[in-house]
Amino acid sequence: MSYYLMILVGAVLVNNFVLSRFLGCCPFLGVSKKLDTALGMSGAVVFVMTVASAVTWCLDHWLLQPNGLGYIHTLAFILVIASLVQFIDIAMKRFLPPLHAALGIFLPLITTNCAVLGAAEINCKQGSGFFESVFFSFAAAVGFGFALVIFSGIREKLAHADPPRCFRGIAIALVTGGLLSLAFMGFSGLVKLPY
Amino acid sequence: MTIAIAIIAGVGLVAAIALAVADKYLAVREDPRIGMVTAALPGANCGGCGFPGCDGYARALVAGTAPNGACAAGGDACAAAIAKILGVEATATEKRVALVKCCGTRSEAIRVGDYNGICDCSVAAMTAGGDKGCTYGCLGYGACANVCPKGAISIHDGLAKVDKRLCIGCGKCVTVCPKHIIELVPASATIHVLCANPDKGPNVRKVCGVGCMGCHLCEKNSGGKEAGHFTFQGFLAKVNYANPPTDEQIVAKCPAKCMSVDPHFETGN
Repeated sequence: MSYYLMILVGAVLVNNFVLSRFLGCCPFLGVSKKLDTALGMSGAVVFVMTVASAVTWCLDHWLLQPNGLGYIHTLAFILVIASLVQFIDIAMKRFLPPLHAALGIFLPLITTNCAVLGAAEINCKQGSGFFESVFFSFAAAVGFGFALVIFSGIREKLAHADPPRCFRGIAIALVTGGLLSLAFMGFSGLVKLPY
Repeated sequence: MTIAIAIIAGVGLVAAIALAVADKYLAVREDPRIGMVTAALPGANCGGCGFPGCDGYARALVAGTAPNGACAAGGDACAAAIAKILGVEATATEKRVALVKCCGTRSEAIRVGDYNGICDCSVAAMTAGGDKGCTYGCLGYGACANVCPKGAISIHDGLAKVDKRLCIGCGKCVTVCPKHIIELVPASATIHVLCANPDKGPNVRKVCGVGCMGCHLCEKNSGGKEAGHFTFQGFLAKVNYANPPTDEQIVAKCPAKCMSVDPHFETGN
């Protein structure tokens, strides 16, 4: 139990996907203008990363590694994650319209997002078990959402600020992102984990 | 090597078949314009518009909750293409054009003063309601013509006139008119009452030679009250555009001469 708690703390605070590993920077800057969009995006990332890591673990352990094809996993992961997300998108639109209305529009955006692929890659490299992999991906996605929500909260305030003309827009957002990343550096050493 | 190719190809094939089957059997019917607008957008999914990707923006556009032109990547060409998709759809259902409900020209309507202030209807209307005796009439200082994006409105003999062919029915003139006498009417309707004064006949006559007196003759001549071609507000006849009259004889029979067949002018004439 405490091991999983450590994974959670490690993935959310210490090795935050966006702020420490610099994965998923594109949605971090792209969909952080409004808090509700950021929440929707976070939900979609949590969903996709959890499902994708489960599928890629199965693919890696049952198909690639028995055939000695560990070196090709990046290619296979992209292929499978992309199709999986598209399939979920179609199926969700049909069977779960409310959930699709909340998350569906974000799904194509994170089809082969580096954060999603990164989680699968890290799991693959660590050689962790199935539940461990899925839980780590879930925790990493929660960390991504955490960072995204904090950042969008700051950016909503930032919209009313008056920075110098050359810093307006994405420039001041990048500076803010960097400061946020520095703040998260304070968590380093909180837990000692391979992740 | 062969196994690698075979496995990747196999995985790809399985995924492709699954997606094809899902697309065919799980498809949901939605507004075809969403697909068209998405295709017109750059497809970069940059999020610059504040929506989650081009598809999200397209949905908001079709739903009418987002302004066109928020896509910086696509620019003006993209906005024009979207306007075409959304606009054509809107006009295909029922084209509406602006109609100025006044026919009191300089010779017919009495002017009670000389206005020589700023040449704008809103300013003139604030100056004791304008120089026209009829407080409902068109002032003719061209606030509507100035705001019209298509140049469809021009001033003739102190009256604003709309070119039916150029008018896109955007309604900007309706909003800007301080007298609230511009209305969007179906382009197919030909018979109009060109007056907005609901006062009693004698009072209308005092200020305008061509004002509606509410005599109900148009209603009687078009088949009576049951036919429902006209409604009345005070002593003012109004065309019921849900059921417009078609018999153009009633226009000539109007004693006040405030009715007209197709009062929209055409720029070419």
